[in-house]
Amino acid sequence: MSNIRVLVAKPGLDGHDRGAKVVARALRDAGFEVIYTGIRLTPEQIAEAALQDDVKVVALSLLSGAHNTLFPKVVELLKEKGLNDVLVIGGGVIPDADIPGLKAAGIAEVFTPGTPTSAIVDFINANVK
Amino acid sequence: MNIVEGVLNHNRLALAKAITAVENEYDNAVEIMTALYPHTGNAYVIGITGPPGAGKSTLTDKLAKEFRKRGKTVGIIAVDPTSPFSGGAILGDRIRMLDLSSDEGIFVRSMATRGSLGGLSQKAGDAVKLMDAFGFDIIIIETVGVGQSEVDIVKTADTTMVVVIPGMGDDIQAIKAGILEIGDLFTINKADREGTDKLNIEIEMMLELNPEHVSWRPPINRTIASKGEGIEAVVDSIEDHQKYLTESGEIVKIRKARIKNEVTAMLNDKVNRYIDKNVVSTDEFDALVEKLQARDIEPYSVVNDIVGKVLK
Repeated sequence: MSNIRVLVAKPGLDGHDRGAKVVARALRDAGFEVIYTGIRLTPEQIAEAALQDDVKVVALSLLSGAHNTLFPKVVELLKEKGLNDVLVIGGGVIPDADIPGLKAAGIAEVFTPGTPTSAIVDFINANVK
Repeated sequence: MNIVEGVLNHNRLALAKAITAVENEYDNAVEIMTALYPHTGNAYVIGITGPPGAGKSTLTDKLAKEFRKRGKTVGIIAVDPTSPFSGGAILGDRIRMLDLSSDEGIFVRSMATRGSLGGLSQKAGDAVKLMDAFGFDIIIIETVGVGQSEVDIVKTADTTMVVVIPGMGDDIQAIKAGILEIGDLFTINKADREGTDKLNIEIEMMLELNPEHVSWRPPINRTIASKGEGIEAVVDSIEDHQKYLTESGEIVKIRKARIKNEVTAMLNDKVNRYIDKNVVSTDEFDALVEKLQARDIEPYSVVNDIVGKVLK
């Protein structure tokens, strides 16, 4: 029995976790094992948790505006730790203009407000190796 | 990356991959466990159980930090339940243990209970062995004590701690819950709440009724884990219990019983799977069931026949 493990985390100084919790719950209902780590994490804490829990997906949520700094930092630290095949996705209030840059930095997909949770589930199912 | 060598060389990624292999029953799981088994048996294993919301994760976080102060490295396995409806799970113990991730001497792994096939206790037991082979001094398994499989896990620990909180109902609740019997020590968490003294007395009385507690009387500690209060005394009690087990020779008996349980469970599992595959899933078996339904034959000799064939 093999379940997809997903880390749901909020990097940086942002306490708004409603969105992350809704996503966590939707992923659980889709049969994933969700490691929920809560708010105000450093990229280092997120990368280390991803390593220890050997997750296939890291789902980052951020509403503070610091996504251009923090999302790529998480990707960089994951690579540094040898986690090369982890799928990193992001969500939150992220301007469309920032999305190409985030994708270039290794964020596989960005989900903005209004996205149905099923779209996130489908993306994970389609992209996890 | 060679996982076995990685674990022995304290590579954290290798340890994480090894636990995944065991948990998902990958092809290389048996090979990994076989190679690492000789390197196990050195860690001291602590089981922590108690009702949901008792503060087990917060307490585990604080205990781990206290053990680190005392120069010990700590591996933690935090078990949370799988949803019986979706098969998914939310593993939230890590929320209480975030600053542990910046300490190289600590490794936290979340595990979901998943289905019962293969047995969670067996997989958690293998995860313990992997952390043991990696070289952690202390391994803590933390789990909600509500189901048989969860109780099975903590029962295999060297020291089992039961965490309770005031206000969970009267003493009959405590007796019927059944988890109180397995405690080598008790911790009343959230001890600033009303009802702490009463709960303390109830546990005392319950221990009084248990004739097994002659040479080791389970101590009752009080903590407010969220504020870090009372933690040192709990670690002292754990160390006292370890000393008692070592000096009385009980540790040898406990560990022998653990190995016996483990191997018995492995045997049962293997036999179950064999029977599932080679007996229950066959057309021949279906035909037998139909004959049974028509009362042409009876099940007792059928079972004896099958067991005779399988075990010959």
